[in-house]
Amino acid sequence: MSDHRDMHRAHRLGGLLSREPGVVATGVEVLASALADQAVPVEAVDWRPPPPGTESALAAVLGDPGHAEANARAVQRMVTARPHLVDVRPARDVLGLEPGTFLHAGPPLEWDRASGPMRGALVGAMLLEGLAETPRGAERRLERGAAVFEPCHHHAAVGPMAGVVSPSMWMLVVEDAEHGGTSYCSLNEGLGKVLRYGAYGPEVIERLAWMGEVLGPALREAVRRHGPIDLMALIAQALQMGDELHNRNRAATSLLLRELAPALAAAEEVPRARAAEALRFAAGNDHFFLNAGMAAAKACADAARGVPGSSLVVAMARNGTDFGIQVSGTGDRWFTGPAGVPDGLYLGGYGPDDANPDIGDSAITETAGMGGFALAAAPAIVRFVGGEVPDAVAATQRMYEITLAEHPVLQIPLLSFRGTPVGVDVARVVRTGILPVIDTGIAGREAGTGQVGAGLVEPPANVFTDALHALAETA
Amino acid sequence: MRDWVEVRRGGYHDSVTLMRVSRRLSERPGVAGAMVAMGTGLNREMFGRMGFAVPDEAGPDDLVVAIRVEGEGPDEAGLDEARGALDGLLREVSRPPAQAGLLGAPAPARTTGSAAARGDATVALLSVPGPHVFPEAMDALDAGLNVMIFSDNVPVAQEITLKEAAARRGLIVMGPDCGTAVIGGAGLGFANAVRPGPVGVVAASGTGAQQLMCLLDAAGAGVSHVLGVGGRDLSPEVSGRSALAALAALDADPATELIVLVSKPPAPQVLDLIREAARRLDTPVVFALPLPGEDDLTRAAEQALRALGRPVPAWPRWTSPRGAAPVSGRALRGLFAGGTLRDEAEMIARDVLGWELEARGHRFTDFGDDAYTRGRAHPMIDPTLRLEALRAEAADDGCGVLLLDVVLGYGAEPDPAAALAPAVAAALRDRPDLAVVVSLCGTPADPQDRDRQAVALCEAGADVFASNAQATRHALTLVDGSIVEGTPR
Repeated sequence: MSDHRDMHRAHRLGGLLSREPGVVATGVEVLASALADQAVPVEAVDWRPPPPGTESALAAVLGDPGHAEANARAVQRMVTARPHLVDVRPARDVLGLEPGTFLHAGPPLEWDRASGPMRGALVGAMLLEGLAETPRGAERRLERGAAVFEPCHHHAAVGPMAGVVSPSMWMLVVEDAEHGGTSYCSLNEGLGKVLRYGAYGPEVIERLAWMGEVLGPALREAVRRHGPIDLMALIAQALQMGDELHNRNRAATSLLLRELAPALAAAEEVPRARAAEALRFAAGNDHFFLNAGMAAAKACADAARGVPGSSLVVAMARNGTDFGIQVSGTGDRWFTGPAGVPDGLYLGGYGPDDANPDIGDSAITETAGMGGFALAAAPAIVRFVGGEVPDAVAATQRMYEITLAEHPVLQIPLLSFRGTPVGVDVARVVRTGILPVIDTGIAGREAGTGQVGAGLVEPPANVFTDALHALAETA
Repeated sequence: MRDWVEVRRGGYHDSVTLMRVSRRLSERPGVAGAMVAMGTGLNREMFGRMGFAVPDEAGPDDLVVAIRVEGEGPDEAGLDEARGALDGLLREVSRPPAQAGLLGAPAPARTTGSAAARGDATVALLSVPGPHVFPEAMDALDAGLNVMIFSDNVPVAQEITLKEAAARRGLIVMGPDCGTAVIGGAGLGFANAVRPGPVGVVAASGTGAQQLMCLLDAAGAGVSHVLGVGGRDLSPEVSGRSALAALAALDADPATELIVLVSKPPAPQVLDLIREAARRLDTPVVFALPLPGEDDLTRAAEQALRALGRPVPAWPRWTSPRGAAPVSGRALRGLFAGGTLRDEAEMIARDVLGWELEARGHRFTDFGDDAYTRGRAHPMIDPTLRLEALRAEAADDGCGVLLLDVVLGYGAEPDPAAALAPAVAAALRDRPDLAVVVSLCGTPADPQDRDRQAVALCEAGADVFASNAQATRHALTLVDGSIVEGTPR
């Protein structure tokens, strides 16, 4: 009986013989024009050959009968995650971080290969934790292997730029109300000379100490009093207010403060002077929300991990030396290549020669369909990242070619409220040669310099072909 | 002579486009040879054969340009001119730059999946190089589109995987190596402009399907749909997966009253399977197979017409006023663009002349065969090789009759008679004892206009027939005066 029904369905060929013909034409142009000459609707594909040697890996991955379903499931989990900010706690408590252990951005890294800003941030963290008296002393201890480094990503955490987390730093705690995951990100220090850009001067360490003493506890009380804050709802609103949630967080910061300020004012545990300091600090930093957005993006991306056969990218991260990605179907394995130098605008007298290669876990925003992928939503910053409004629209539109879905919640007014492109597919990146566009800050290459600019950067292409070959082996 | 070779990084164009550029460049005065192609292994071989040295660093993603100009000396103006012409030709064929305009059209899709998501298509037509077909085809199937694969060189294991994936989704994969389909009046690949009608065609042969649809059109019957299945579908490995799906789909199609299945000789066990499936359909099925004892394409068309209760017309023919006399004792040389038309002609010739055709100098060549299309477009697009062969045969005293097919329709060259008629006229001028017969596969509605083509070829001295079988029999009467045209077997 069911056989009969199946047979019947099979005969209909998706309406091939009954509907008005419409054709997607991929390849030789004369065949597409022959259709156009017959007034048949034809969508011509601007096809280019994938890199030599990828044919059989592509066939193995895409020919795996469960592949399309695996990708659909993985990206569905990514876009249905509902990250909420639920708490703020020190890393030593919430991540169990021991003294002398530090987290860092990007894929795994040893001191010997660490870049200037990464070394600078680690030096600063040593000073903050009281593990060294002077920068030189900190550096010598680090050279001798006195500290343990691990990627933030190995602890469900993310950190912007150098992404260095030490036990006394306070972390935003974000829980996914849909799939149950938890993710973490440190608190944002502001712009200029800050630890995440590799600066470790006295003002940097003083600020970090204040953040641990005043800001962290104040935020904890505010968040606990407020109750879970729906970050996706906040991000969706900010996106319609001109943020892309990576290089522009002005609207999101304002929206978050609007939620937290009344709760902070009402928190009896926080002295009025400290509450005022905390609010003034947060309000004075347009990037205050970035870290919350990153933790939210991390929760979304982690929800999509571990789907066998899926070619969905679940992490893009840089440590200042390597650019690494992780893929849903290949577990915790990193695929790495040399981090590129961003293309962008420089502050003051700095120029490209001062720039460090790409650094930071903040590409988690692009991984989850924000940042560079949502550039069309943020016309206010396109010049800052080097271009005009049409370039921003084109960048977002290009990302639809390599992503698996359009975000159901994050919408772009300029594109008639089309969802942002979300869920980078390794196979599509390899096939098209289109690389993810990533917004980024630019750190100075010398330890201690701080930020020198901001712009756009692309991952090295090999990380995607390497991931494809690894997936092909599992297929 | 002076050679100039240049590698242009990342300048991708499809092979047909580049062959056209190469051809137009080679035709320029002062240019002794030119090839513009991507730096693939096969193309590098071709460059080598032409005597061009391609730098080692040129990879398959790089455009390689090689030009040979006549004359000597470093200040040769011809080279600059040819280079200028090349840049112009490449500019002409380049796609417009990606539209980044705020409200302008978005840039074209880069994958079949992305294009499928943009619209409401029912079928994807794939003509990328064979090794790259699979991802595009899976994209289409995942998006719920049927697939027509024009390309060849797709591994048979991938063909089977794709056809199984299609079956699971209730879709069909036409091809690989499927040159022809007509779906709801739209011609895909090489197809003729035929009137709508009651006959559905399942075709494992492109030119076989074109011959059938043109004859049915000439008889006023027309076709509902022509579903190609690819040359390998009726092999033991693929086992008719697409033919069975196509038969079932046409059986369920209310516009189809009768089905014709046309194929190159299929594997016997697969043919049994297909015949068995055909018996179970509500719609009658007529078989057109170039096998001894089977109907030729014209007879299959006639049988289909009779089954529909329609009259069988006199098939169109245009007899040259030249009035060629029989040329007994000399050989028949068939120069074909269509593989099935060649096979049919040979089968008829064996039937009439016996099995020792080759021993008597008779030859039937398919210029669409892989051996002639390596690094070169199909003869229905690029007639160069066949025109050369025509001149060579005319120069051979042993050749008495030339039999040529001309296949019109969408995708084929815009005016084949423009080059062929003068070549025929020249051959007949040099060889008054030669006869030329043309099998003209087309319809009056084709972009090339069948009747205009027929008149041009006829005026050049060829006898022209709409039926390939009739053209062949006519050629046979000219080879051997004792044969009477139209004799039933």
